[in-house]
Amino acid sequence: MDLSFQNYPKFTPDMKKTHKILIPNMAPVQFRILAAAMEQAGYTCELLENCGSQVCELGLKYVHNDTCYPALLVIGQFLDALGSGKYDLDHTALIITQTGGGCRASNYIHLLRKALVKAGYPQVPVVSLNFSGLEKDSGFPMTVPFMRKLLAAIYYGDLLVALKAQTEPYELRRGTAVALQKQWLDTICGWVRQDKGYSQREIKAAMPRIAADFAAIPVHRVPKVKVGVVGEIYVKYSPLGNNDLENFLADQDCEVNLPGLMGFVQYCAYNPSETARLYGGSFLEKHVSDVILKYIERMEHVMIQVLQDNGFHAPLPFRELVKLADGVISTGDKMGEGWLLTAEMIELVRAGYENIVCAQPFGCLPNHICGKGMINKIRELYPQANITPIDYDPSATRVNQENRIKLMLAVARERLPKQTPSPERQEPKPAPLPQKMIRPAKSKGAAVL
Amino acid sequence: MRVGLDVGSTTIKCVVLDDTDNIIYSTYERHFSHILEKSEELLRRMADLYVPGGRAEFAVSGSAGMGMAESVGVPFVQEVFATRVAANRLTPGTDVIIELGGEDAKILFLTGGMEVRMNGSCAGGTGAFIDQMATLLKMGADEMDLAAQRAEKTYTIASRCGVFAKSDIQPLINQGAKAEDIAASIYQAVVNQTIAGLAQGRPIHGNILYLGGPLTFSRCLRESFDKTLGVAGVCPENSLLFVAMGAAFYADQRFDLNKVADRLREKGAAETYRSQPPLFADQEEYRMFQARHAKSTVPRVPFTADYAAPVHIGIDSGSTTVKLVVMDQEARILFTDYRPNLGNPVPLIREVLQTLYDEHPALHVASVTTTGYGEDLAKAAFHADYGVVETVAHFTAARHFLPNVDFIIDIGGQDMKCFKIEDGAISNIFLNEACSSGCGSFLQTFAQALGYDVREFAGLGLFADRPVDLGSRCTVFMNSSVKQAQKDGATIENISAGLSISVVKNAIYKVIRASSPEELGRNIVVQGGTFYNEAVLRAFEKEMGAEVIRPDIAGLMGAYGAALYGRGKTRAGQVSSLLDREAMAGFRQETRSEICGRCGNNCQLTINTFADGGTFISGNRCDRPITGKADTGERNLYEYKRKLILNYKPVPGRRGRLGIPLCLNLWELFPFWHTFFTKLGFSVYHSPLSSRDLYLKGQGTIPSDTACFPAKLAHGHIRFLSKLGLDAIFYPCMTYNIDEGLGDNHYNCPVVAYYPEVIAGNCPEVKETRFIYDYVGLHRPKDFNRKIHEILGRYFPGISKAEVREASDAAYAEYTNHMAQIRKEGARIIDQARAEGRRVIVLSGRPYHVDPEVNHGIDTLITQFGAAVVTEDSISDRVEKFPTTVLNQWTYHSRLYAAAKYCCTQPDMDLVQLVSFGCGVDAITTDETREILQAGGKLYTQLKIDEITNLGAVRIRLRSLFAALDEQNEIREEA
Repeated sequence: MDLSFQNYPKFTPDMKKTHKILIPNMAPVQFRILAAAMEQAGYTCELLENCGSQVCELGLKYVHNDTCYPALLVIGQFLDALGSGKYDLDHTALIITQTGGGCRASNYIHLLRKALVKAGYPQVPVVSLNFSGLEKDSGFPMTVPFMRKLLAAIYYGDLLVALKAQTEPYELRRGTAVALQKQWLDTICGWVRQDKGYSQREIKAAMPRIAADFAAIPVHRVPKVKVGVVGEIYVKYSPLGNNDLENFLADQDCEVNLPGLMGFVQYCAYNPSETARLYGGSFLEKHVSDVILKYIERMEHVMIQVLQDNGFHAPLPFRELVKLADGVISTGDKMGEGWLLTAEMIELVRAGYENIVCAQPFGCLPNHICGKGMINKIRELYPQANITPIDYDPSATRVNQENRIKLMLAVARERLPKQTPSPERQEPKPAPLPQKMIRPAKSKGAAVL
Repeated sequence: MRVGLDVGSTTIKCVVLDDTDNIIYSTYERHFSHILEKSEELLRRMADLYVPGGRAEFAVSGSAGMGMAESVGVPFVQEVFATRVAANRLTPGTDVIIELGGEDAKILFLTGGMEVRMNGSCAGGTGAFIDQMATLLKMGADEMDLAAQRAEKTYTIASRCGVFAKSDIQPLINQGAKAEDIAASIYQAVVNQTIAGLAQGRPIHGNILYLGGPLTFSRCLRESFDKTLGVAGVCPENSLLFVAMGAAFYADQRFDLNKVADRLREKGAAETYRSQPPLFADQEEYRMFQARHAKSTVPRVPFTADYAAPVHIGIDSGSTTVKLVVMDQEARILFTDYRPNLGNPVPLIREVLQTLYDEHPALHVASVTTTGYGEDLAKAAFHADYGVVETVAHFTAARHFLPNVDFIIDIGGQDMKCFKIEDGAISNIFLNEACSSGCGSFLQTFAQALGYDVREFAGLGLFADRPVDLGSRCTVFMNSSVKQAQKDGATIENISAGLSISVVKNAIYKVIRASSPEELGRNIVVQGGTFYNEAVLRAFEKEMGAEVIRPDIAGLMGAYGAALYGRGKTRAGQVSSLLDREAMAGFRQETRSEICGRCGNNCQLTINTFADGGTFISGNRCDRPITGKADTGERNLYEYKRKLILNYKPVPGRRGRLGIPLCLNLWELFPFWHTFFTKLGFSVYHSPLSSRDLYLKGQGTIPSDTACFPAKLAHGHIRFLSKLGLDAIFYPCMTYNIDEGLGDNHYNCPVVAYYPEVIAGNCPEVKETRFIYDYVGLHRPKDFNRKIHEILGRYFPGISKAEVREASDAAYAEYTNHMAQIRKEGARIIDQARAEGRRVIVLSGRPYHVDPEVNHGIDTLITQFGAAVVTEDSISDRVEKFPTTVLNQWTYHSRLYAAAKYCCTQPDMDLVQLVSFGCGVDAITTDETREILQAGGKLYTQLKIDEITNLGAVRIRLRSLFAALDEQNEIREEA
């Protein structure tokens, strides 16, 4: 009968010249640099910015409704773009990542292809961005120099995100940090397009300048509620997926810490060798991860050093992060975000970001284990951990999500006066607390919460 | 002065405190969703009567108060937080607060590590849930409380979400269970839901405080909590006002209340919710729509008192209504009746039949046919001639109406049914999964909750200018979407229209999952009572972009179809077996319930006894209480698999006693591990088959309430094993499964792979024993020896490599043998079925679906229908690896695809897929399996299972499948 699903169009090398590649926007900052890197490599591409209710509706219409929310959104966003009339459908291709793990996310590309046929775009090829050798006929041609560029792009992005997040809540003039982030983003994209900026030497030179620029923004550091965000990768980063969580938290006067995207890359690089160690494998399999991680580590070191030198909080090096999982969850849990998610929660708690939103699509299988399943254990070890799991779903209402987050924040605020500002950024004079954070002492000696 | 306002999902509460915190005024009122108006009115009332000068410290709390407070610039206090503020002041010494509100459930642990827990977005409402259930029982909330106090026993009602519970309760009502007992069961379900969903392993003890509407008003609910928790909780004075008082205590900014009220009024004028286009552009369009639908009518003839020609009666005893049609030999309608079933359909049907006898002395009943949920009960009670599964009844009616119909959608009170017709036979059936059920009755309950009659309510939406966009998920989600829309100022008209559109979207995208009207066919008949609602009808046409036919008897199509079915079966001159006048007059029905006790299932039986001594038993999972004979299981490979597993007994061993939970993948790997550890000198124990009781004992430690039921059962198994005083419990993590060469990879799903991590992190029991949950890989036998030797060395020093090698060789051999036995017995069952001319159903799931508590006896149900049951793993080796359109990377699902492929080559073999609710992987596998089967010209049937214990819907689905298969055969034979 109908076997057309199996005869999907392939992404052939000559399409590099003829096709425009649409990229779903997962992490807005990092992905902009990635897109620039692709352009430099000779591809024409565009980062999708379209959002709105029709994106989700198209997803619901063409994808099994019990599929996870990110799949619905990503596919809905593609279909919405293809239907917008903005693109020449015979010369447009889509790109999607595939991790190749045991989570159903590895199937997104297949769901996308099915949806394209159903929605009447059977000619549109889909490119798979993966490091596991899946989709040999439509995989993105991965060369070592290009991988180096990707890694640099992610690090620059992570750095910009971290700097903005740690500056913006305290800046004296609103908008300074955002403007600076945009300015640097443009600069870096410019470098990348000219095939510059990604060598070890250049990174080493550029990063301190960036950090110094942010450190120079006039700020007034008062204790604010510090919130970490972990979760399923798409919902964690994408404003479309998490109802603009980062901005919501910023509006609630919080400092937000989204652990970097590079952690996930390192996690993906780490797992093959861990798998070989656990179940057996060749010498190469056991040590391939070390080679990649070693390379990444050099860039990681630069970023951490730069953050610390300028008085910002720096994430732990991946090597240390791995150790945090010890005694809580095995690093053998490698589906979805796996042990990394648990380790990130622990890192955040230990670094003072003890209020955590654990974001996942409704019914996310890996997060039953490494997210919700580990909260209890983390609380046993770190009683101060204030973690709230939030489910995202086409119909989960924002009001319910925000209400739960507000509960977490209420508990956080009540602890706030007891906290001292982080030592490395101690301002000379302790600032007065914003109004809502001081509880007027009541007569009758009633318990102040 | 301080003022606190608490705007909840159904009620609004306000307190005014004087400077020494005494309550000067308080109020607790339902707001019927007029949140802004009501808040404004309350504020003005406070300002005029109780707050001199109109200025006071003021704060807002409550789930519906959040956006409102922000928009008018008043501080908002999160409601759980407010509760705590109030409790610390008013009831010091409290350890735990349990608060149930309209839609929220909360537990606050105040001592020993402060923690607050709120229900997740899935767990649904509690107060609203109780209201909904009370409506179902035709009681007020207080009547239900009184009734529950007279209960003699409780039934098991799914506690995971309101919609599930409703699907459990409805059949109980239909089967004639006592309202008192159902009422008590509902409260118990709320208790279980709260504890399972919120306590998450943390013990609830000490001084307990009960707050919120449901706990204040229902003694029975409080007692259920007390009993279940083994505590004596207190419902304090002002228990309804804690949140409002907390907000007042917290308030530290002065406001002019009248000014806030003014701002609220302005806010009410600005509508900011997400909307969609109106249903009708103008009155003219509506008029044309009405004129078009007025054409679809069934001929009627007068039913005179002296009518003596033969008549056929169809009775559709549905979930919420009873429908009856009397037709003549030409299928013209003589008489119809349509009424709510008021919990027990039997007296209602009797009343109608009695009236027919009374008013038509010469009545000649040629046939009586029953259908619907209460089909069997009505048939037994009144000695009807035929029973027909409702899907077939509906198809019969639609076909009579429109011979070339190719698609039928029926939205009733509790279910949706859709079927595609190809070549005159049902080719595909879609029934709503328990998750989106209740859509018709949801509209009704919602209308009532907002203070309207359902017709009036639906009518309001017809000309709404900006219908609210409420999404297309389950009704519980809709509740909170509505709440949000109200907060954003949506009018009742726009909410009504939005709800009607949502019902339609649910049907199309959740149940049918169509993407275009062409896919559904050209000749669509819509039916079911819900389509009388013009807003729903219009929304359906708009959403599908197609004009459809709605017969004027849309709500009676089941009964009409049943009568037609009877007419088709009846020979000329035949007289129905229906109770005659005398018997009808003396008709009596008595209902009692008892535990069957004939086997370990201990089914709760409801036994109806009628005046003529006839009985009707429901609630049974097998025929044993009716026939007295046990099922031999000889046509049931599930039964055989259970026997195989249970045959592994502990053998005394020198190294100690080791326990293995019989859950998830261990259902398949137990033979392997039993052999392995027995060889090593351990005495290997396993936990028993799952049961309700086992589940409940472990439910307190489940951290994620949306994980699949088979995973959640693991907690009970671990608890069971922990009581045995074993030396160790073994439950390994396994990323990979055994590679059977059918797929591109051989993973386990994330839950199966790593659930032991959840056990280790959340079950306190495992701390008291050695819990071995290391990562092992059976897919690399050579490495396995080495790795398992290292692992065991950490727990049991002194096991030699040679011992391990020997044990593992034996274990692999045993596993191979085990799987071979299954395939061999499968082949035997298939051969036997073929010799006896039976259908073979490949009941496909995962190894753990063999557990009777997981599959709810669906395997035996299928054998009761006369078919033989085999498993997917018994035939998956009969095909070679083949390409799939999805990434074929999970071992269990590779078997599923292979089994589907094999079915396509076997005319007498059909596949039914068991899907656990919440199984994310199955979102992918169900589509793929459906495509494989459809490509091979086979019907696809999916049964979604969860904690649900009632098999009513499953039965309908299976009977529809068999009816459709029979019809296909007939057509094939004719051709």
